[in-house]
Amino acid sequence: MKWVRIGNGCGFWGDNIDAPIRLAEEGRLDYLTLEYLAELTMSILAVQKAKDPAAGFASDFLDVLSRLAPVLKDQPHLKIVTNAGGMNPSGCAARAREILDQEGTHHRVAVVSGDDLMPRLDDLVAGGHGLNHLDTGEPIAKIRDKVVSANAYLGAKPIVDALKTGAGIVITGRVADASLTVGPAAFEFGWGFGEADLDRLAAATVAGHLIECGAQVTGGLWMDADYSTRLGAVGYPVAEIAEDGTFTITKPPGTGGAVNRETVSEQLLYEVEDPARYYTPDVVADFTSAQLRETGPDVVSVSGGSANGVTDTYKVSVAYRDGYTAAGTLLIFGPKAAEKARRSGAIILEKLRQAGVWFAESYTEALGAGDCVPGVMKSAAEPAEVVLRVAVRDPRKAAVERFAKEFAPLVTSGFAGTTGYTTGRPPVREVFAYWPALIAKAAVYPRVEVA
Amino acid sequence: MATTRVPLSVIAHGRSGDKGNHSNIAVLAYTDAGFVWLRKHLTAEVVAAYFAPLDPSNVERFEAANVRGLNFMLYDALAGGASRSLRSDTQGKTLALALLQMAIDVPADHTAMLRNLTPRPPSL
Repeated sequence: MKWVRIGNGCGFWGDNIDAPIRLAEEGRLDYLTLEYLAELTMSILAVQKAKDPAAGFASDFLDVLSRLAPVLKDQPHLKIVTNAGGMNPSGCAARAREILDQEGTHHRVAVVSGDDLMPRLDDLVAGGHGLNHLDTGEPIAKIRDKVVSANAYLGAKPIVDALKTGAGIVITGRVADASLTVGPAAFEFGWGFGEADLDRLAAATVAGHLIECGAQVTGGLWMDADYSTRLGAVGYPVAEIAEDGTFTITKPPGTGGAVNRETVSEQLLYEVEDPARYYTPDVVADFTSAQLRETGPDVVSVSGGSANGVTDTYKVSVAYRDGYTAAGTLLIFGPKAAEKARRSGAIILEKLRQAGVWFAESYTEALGAGDCVPGVMKSAAEPAEVVLRVAVRDPRKAAVERFAKEFAPLVTSGFAGTTGYTTGRPPVREVFAYWPALIAKAAVYPRVEVA
Repeated sequence: MATTRVPLSVIAHGRSGDKGNHSNIAVLAYTDAGFVWLRKHLTAEVVAAYFAPLDPSNVERFEAANVRGLNFMLYDALAGGASRSLRSDTQGKTLALALLQMAIDVPADHTAMLRNLTPRPPSL
């Protein structure tokens, strides 16, 4: 039976920058996928693009590509599929093209776009696409004037079309994370997107879901990881998918981490609601139908992933401006540290109130005393020290900036044992809130171009 | 039947994360016997009571028997979620570990629910 080996070297923007290179060198891959876009990354990229029309993509990818260029020369058949394009996939592709030309590698670069609904937002709403909030049902009119980005999660089909152009590198905007894996599998095996292929698409979706967060399936976050797990040398995941949709999850030999029933089971349900209905643009996958077996050292075989239908909608991720936030920390040491920390937080807010400054929301934590899961975890012994963390959010930037100036004074005017003010005033950042919605697939037009 | 009090982590592992302002907590039994116990005793009501201080609007339980798993959705439990929450743990990543520290009363002889360490192939 025919197989395709797909490795994921990046689980989010900020992931280890050496992992893609190591995985490409050691993974004997057919495809390297790189995933950069969290739910709200697009809003940050939209703001960057508004300032600079050439920006708005995951710039880390260009550094990674420069370092991958020699690997691509050694392995001319290795292909890369990434959503690094963000809000500007063609801009990203143009820069990628320059890098590849400089390095003398001749991979064709293709671009998948059409996910960006922002230019059409008012037309879509006027045309009856309400983009109501998926949970609350509220109409998007409520936040329309504050929207900074609106992107449909495209599926694997445009990725297949991009690969059909002969592209060795596919750069997309927003696509479903699992589709970065489903696309190459569907292309290699000639799967369609109709009823006949839904079970295979579902199986590949399970594979894509398992590897999309990088090392989270190879020992990262594993509940039973210990020193012997060698997370310092953790290997990134490889899915070896067969033509019938069965697959194995593994990692390059000699790397740290672990692939076993536990690591794979934990990741299977990660960020899942109903495991019998995992919605993607390609298929509704039934994760409860996947059967896991340990078939070798760091090899888990998965069979039986099946479909639970397919929807006629894409998920849309809308981001809108929602005020400003800042969070500062101080260290409080000594007897009654937690009590003193909470009191110190109250003092900061009290002084600000005296200055006529208040906030839409404020929050104080004594970290080290169980406040990370507030009210649920109670620490038995009194901690020797805690980290005081105070965070605020407000529509007025000036109020949040004023808050950022109220931390340092506690070093001299607070309780004995107050220290740790070395990093300066906490930065003030804009809040982008998340508005999930659905849109009819017929109203979205995925595009494929060669850069 | 005589029971003994142990942390949930003795019979299960897990992982948690976010979906907007909602958190999912997967609890995975180490053995079939442990899964039978979890299904009967680790109800949505029990989990809702444990996490009551987080004030979820609703707690729902889903099953994934293929991985001996129960998946709990804690709706509106993240104080705004990744973007807006003022908490350190905006995404509920710690909630699985918090739940696994819950004290449970299992049969005094619960050997069949314990993690079996012997048959796993060694890591390379």
